[in-house]
Amino acid sequence: MADNLLGSRGRLIVVEGIDGSGKTTQLHLLDKWLRSLGLKVFFTEWNSSDVVKEITSKGKKKALLTPTTFSLLHATDFADRYERNISPLLEAGYFVLADRYVYTAFARDVVRGCSPAWVRKVYSFAASPDAAFYFRVAPEVGMDRILDGRPKLKYYEAGMDLNLSNDEYESYRIFQSRIVEQYESMVQKDGLAVIDGTLGIEKQQELMRQDVSKLITPARAPAASEFGVSKEVESR
Amino acid sequence: MTLKEVAPRPLRFYGEGISYLKKVESKGSLIVVEGPDGSGRSTQIDLVTSKLEADGHAVITTGLKRSELIGSGILEAKHKLPLGKKTLALFYAADFADQLEHKIIPALHAGYIVLADRYIYTLMARSSVRGIPRSWSHDLFGFAIRPDLVFYLDVPPEELFHRVFQKYGSLDYYESGADMGLSDELFESFVLYQRGIAKEFEAMESKYGIVRIDGGRPVVELNADLQRRIDDYLRSR
Repeated sequence: MADNLLGSRGRLIVVEGIDGSGKTTQLHLLDKWLRSLGLKVFFTEWNSSDVVKEITSKGKKKALLTPTTFSLLHATDFADRYERNISPLLEAGYFVLADRYVYTAFARDVVRGCSPAWVRKVYSFAASPDAAFYFRVAPEVGMDRILDGRPKLKYYEAGMDLNLSNDEYESYRIFQSRIVEQYESMVQKDGLAVIDGTLGIEKQQELMRQDVSKLITPARAPAASEFGVSKEVESR
Repeated sequence: MTLKEVAPRPLRFYGEGISYLKKVESKGSLIVVEGPDGSGRSTQIDLVTSKLEADGHAVITTGLKRSELIGSGILEAKHKLPLGKKTLALFYAADFADQLEHKIIPALHAGYIVLADRYIYTLMARSSVRGIPRSWSHDLFGFAIRPDLVFYLDVPPEELFHRVFQKYGSLDYYESGADMGLSDELFESFVLYQRGIAKEFEAMESKYGIVRIDGGRPVVELNADLQRRIDDYLRSR
């Protein structure tokens, strides 16, 4: 990203993966680390805009959302966070950490039947991340983690709107498998950095910090990064 | 006028369409009336509806911000805090998609004449004047059905100002472009904004087959013109 008039432009770091892949835990740890280095950090989460939330949840309860409407409501949520927070904070030099980004839409909306080309056009205003981590786990692994503490699946979460199965657990399994297929197809195409989500939490964090440390310029963090530079980070 | 059975036709979309809708056909017609607030759209739609129903057609009307799911949400959100231009554009698109799939497409499938009180063109024009690229808006509405007829009721902004003020006693915040900082003066802001919208419609005319109609004429005269064009089309289908 080019520097702006006021100083350095910020960095956009995103995590992706199915439910239970461990991405939120990892982003949380990264957040703590960046803050401990004295950097300005902003955290943003998929589907969390106050403006859109109320309306989306109303529709979700009624189970009336078609794939196109569903997609556009999430795009509205994303745009609100993008216009209000992500874009200005990047301009202001923040490290913006996004728990799910456009790739979630590319995966979920396409599984729901939206045209892949259309979904990408809708999100074409979004900046490319400086680092995008994809936490790879088998659908069963993610499922076990999710179902462990929470027996009841929500309608859309389980992909029940897709009529994959009358059994919500079976539906969830098929739905998550299809999302994994979409993510896997994006690894090359979109330059996602794959992290093995079955590794230990600390090991995963170490791998992430190695990559992210390359995004920290001396101007931002005078203290040298605790990780040595291993290889040139490819531009994403 | 005698009614004849209309042969089912595949739905025609502007872009990618809605791929998960398989084998949905239209036996009806989609007729759109566009134009700014105060251009007489609603009055004309009421008159046309009555006439078409008298002729034996099944008619439903639809408009922006009318979706049960999210229509009122847009108004609430706009009152709470100003929304960004892309957020607003996507919100309206979501609302439109909801109506398209739950109302317009089923009605067309069942053979209704759908009279749309505004359609995607107003949404695209609003976005464009706020600096969103036209190509993005066009792509966004790749799931929208191509109407059979689109009219634009053209009324000069100065005239609109008086009509709106007489009717409502005030101007709508967004409809007068107040979010855009065009002018400190409300009348000037309104005129500049409405001129911008009119210019966008002009730019869209040939691409989307929009028929411009002089909306400055008396209601009855305007209605006779509109009705004649609609009847001509219905005879030809």
